[in-house]
Amino acid sequence: MRGARFAPAQERVPVPPEPDVAVLERTWRQPRGIVGWLASVDHKAIGRRYIVTALGFFLLGGIEAFLMRLQLARPENTLINPDLYNQLFTMHGTTMMFLFAVPVMEGLGIYFVPLMVGTRNVPFPKLNALGYWLYLFGGLFLYGGFARNAGPDAGWFSYVPLAGPQYSSGHRIDIWAQMITFTEFSALIGAVQILVTVFKLRAPGMSLQRIPLFVWAETATSAMVVFAMPAVMLASSLLILDRTTGTHFFNPAEGGDALLWQHLFWFFGHPEVYLIFIPALGMVSVILSTAVQRPIFGYLAMVLSLVTTAFMGFGLWVHHMFATGLPQLGESFFTAASMIIALPTGVQIFCWIATLWGSRPRWEPPLLFVLGFFAVFLIGGLTGVMLASVPLDLQVHDTFFVVAHLHYVLIGGAVFPLFGALHHWFPKMTGRMPGRTLGYWTFALLFTGFNLTFFPLHNLGLRGMPRRTYTYPAGLGWDRLNLLATCGAVLMAAAVVLLLVNAARSLRRGEPAAANPWGAETLEWSTSSPPPAYGFASIPVVASRSPLWDESPLGRVVGLEDDCPEVLVTHPIDAEPSHHEELPRASIWPLVVALAVTVGFIGSIFSPLWIVIGAAVAIPGAVAWYWPTHPEPRQLEEAAR
Amino acid sequence: MTSLAALFPATLEPAAPEAARIAALYWNFLWVCTAVYVLVAVFLLLGLLRRAGTPDRRVSSRAVGAAFVVSALVLFGLLLLSLRAGRAIESDRSASDLDIEVIGHQWWWEIRYPGTRPDEQVTTANEIHVPVGRTVRLKLSSDDVIHSFWVPSLNGKTDLIPGRWNYQTFRASRAGVFHGRCAEFCGYQHAHMAVLVVAQPPEDFRGWLAAQRQPSRPPATDVEKHGLDVFLGSPCILCHTIRGTGASGRKAPDLTHLASRMTIAAATLQNGPAQLGGWISDSQGIKPGNHMPPNSLPGPDLIALISYLGSLR
Repeated sequence: MRGARFAPAQERVPVPPEPDVAVLERTWRQPRGIVGWLASVDHKAIGRRYIVTALGFFLLGGIEAFLMRLQLARPENTLINPDLYNQLFTMHGTTMMFLFAVPVMEGLGIYFVPLMVGTRNVPFPKLNALGYWLYLFGGLFLYGGFARNAGPDAGWFSYVPLAGPQYSSGHRIDIWAQMITFTEFSALIGAVQILVTVFKLRAPGMSLQRIPLFVWAETATSAMVVFAMPAVMLASSLLILDRTTGTHFFNPAEGGDALLWQHLFWFFGHPEVYLIFIPALGMVSVILSTAVQRPIFGYLAMVLSLVTTAFMGFGLWVHHMFATGLPQLGESFFTAASMIIALPTGVQIFCWIATLWGSRPRWEPPLLFVLGFFAVFLIGGLTGVMLASVPLDLQVHDTFFVVAHLHYVLIGGAVFPLFGALHHWFPKMTGRMPGRTLGYWTFALLFTGFNLTFFPLHNLGLRGMPRRTYTYPAGLGWDRLNLLATCGAVLMAAAVVLLLVNAARSLRRGEPAAANPWGAETLEWSTSSPPPAYGFASIPVVASRSPLWDESPLGRVVGLEDDCPEVLVTHPIDAEPSHHEELPRASIWPLVVALAVTVGFIGSIFSPLWIVIGAAVAIPGAVAWYWPTHPEPRQLEEAAR
Repeated sequence: MTSLAALFPATLEPAAPEAARIAALYWNFLWVCTAVYVLVAVFLLLGLLRRAGTPDRRVSSRAVGAAFVVSALVLFGLLLLSLRAGRAIESDRSASDLDIEVIGHQWWWEIRYPGTRPDEQVTTANEIHVPVGRTVRLKLSSDDVIHSFWVPSLNGKTDLIPGRWNYQTFRASRAGVFHGRCAEFCGYQHAHMAVLVVAQPPEDFRGWLAAQRQPSRPPATDVEKHGLDVFLGSPCILCHTIRGTGASGRKAPDLTHLASRMTIAAATLQNGPAQLGGWISDSQGIKPGNHMPPNSLPGPDLIALISYLGSLR
């Protein structure tokens, strides 16, 4: 392998040759036409697809929620029958958790992590494309089932025996189980991309203590995905075996265990919450440091908090199971763990307050979303402390109190920062500035609507209203609070519509964006908006934590080939350059393999034979995937000699 | 429905020491959490409004460190409060004066009072009678999917899981009718799976239990006799039991003393002739998807059946 030379900023003489941008463009450009579009392996294209697809599913999940709120607006309402209602809340939870929250966070990671660490693509671009296609087909498969009245109806948690073969006949739960295996496979692929990008492809000089906080957040999240997703994939595979091939993993009558499912599911399910929430913490740091034009206070404490949260997130799962009759000593452990996890998040909140102390921030819309995050998420965090207490949990578990809590945590903790981050990164992704006035309105409507919808639900839960009930009798003191919540949902819907209108208008008529319109600190803002196919004309060299504030101009790496898609591999800890690595070019085979896997997975619900058929197409597809397209560089060198 | 609603008291108004401990714990947590929220909000607003310039790093570090220590202490305090309440509720379980078995079904509750002799055993549905001031231990399991027993005025939830027994104890501190619901999603009619706990003075409870131990009252009038014939000649007997007659189905609620219960269909409807008639002929219209098939009986037969069932005190 050839060593790369790099030029630190302070040694600017002699000036290295400028890279040939036209050649770079030819090398990295994705092929044209529909086939070219389908074959793209560029992390920016795939990241964008993840984000757009996830927002599409967010809309669908939002419509489902809205329908449920309409049904609950008054007692004994007959707008939606119980069969449809049960499908709606199952689809809503499944969509928001598996098809929106995790993919949108990973999509932003796939788009921005390579740019923030100063590289040109993710390390396994074809695999990255496969991940996206699997996610898309998994989601379409679920919604195809729903459209044909075969939407899953046992809740997003699919507790057995209700979701087992005896009490849920038909294909509804089969579709759910296979979709889970599918999309979580895709999440694993995304996590591997991000982890390897962070640890092997950082710009020279970006040692561990200079990695941007958002990248740290994505790294912690990806590490969680690697440990959490296999648990749920195992669970969903055991479930599909119980359902289609007559095994009895979860059947107590045949020596199986109904609680085994809950342990496997929540061992994934609780970390799931954190792997939605941790990237959002990274976004808060990004937005805040930009708004106050200061680096985030307490970098080390912030990083340790992120990592601690990710680690401890695996020690809480039993707090979803306090009512199942577990021994008290065990429950006490999980109570303590569930309370202590508030500490690392608390540390981050304190550091953020220290960051903005007396800073006179710029009141752009992203800052408002972050302040909304503080106001809303903090309530969710505090009710989370309540839920950690076994006696309190036993009263409010599975009631609307928990519905309120989880929406305060997930909408407050993830959607508010996400909306802020979409506004913040919109110019970078599209090259257009987002509309500011509409941004303010979106925030105002979302904040008001959210609190109007979800605050009353705390009270409803305390008054005894269980979750997942399609209707309720009049006269229990539940009517007015439910109506209020439905009114709030109207405002939230309006906020989402405004967000879309703003995006559409800004895409067409927004002011063209400069490279760094907000004056932000990290590397993605050093390249043009939107970034060229090759990301950076020269791989930057970094000498501080806020390279765009401290270094001008940035140092740059020379010695990478312009006419070959190469990235610079660096050392995992101090980011010293190690060697060049050539990345694969665009390829249609990931799509073919994804289609074959989809056929096998969907078909397996009907007959095991389809697994064979799917594999019969996927294996030649995988062979073609790996077929060498041109000679190895070493062979070229030998030929030249 | 309004008169049925009168049965439902506001929840978190504890009627048992167990629920009272949890309510007290809730208020403690609520005040602490509110104080934390207000503190953080005040500091956030101060930080936003002050024009202090860049603060000294050492001061900031100390402030963050102090906030960390305070949060850790507050959390530790809450943890101790929670563990203490949990242990108190647990120790209340030590001795029980009365054991009752509760078996969950889609979508109703089977209630059994065990006895030493077969004729002392009582099986009823959806309505649990307990003596005031006595510790009652519920032994909970399920016949099909997972359910969760929850009567907020008395205690928290306990799941009913097929293949295992769970326990919940409470001691009603005052007489009254306490309303509860299934809290774990259990399928189609999860929304209509309610339960009533009737706490009575011990002597009333003994009277009730003695009455429940009797076989069913034989029909007294010709109409009631015809009603019994209709019952025995219909598919009803495949699922329902009326002790003292030939009907001994086990899939659905025991009807031996149906008329002594306040509600039918898992506390979905008040118990009365009109509701019974509606339920028998169109249960699917009232509680769609429940496991009772519709029965199209000729008018006189239906009236006779209702009158017989209404006599089963």
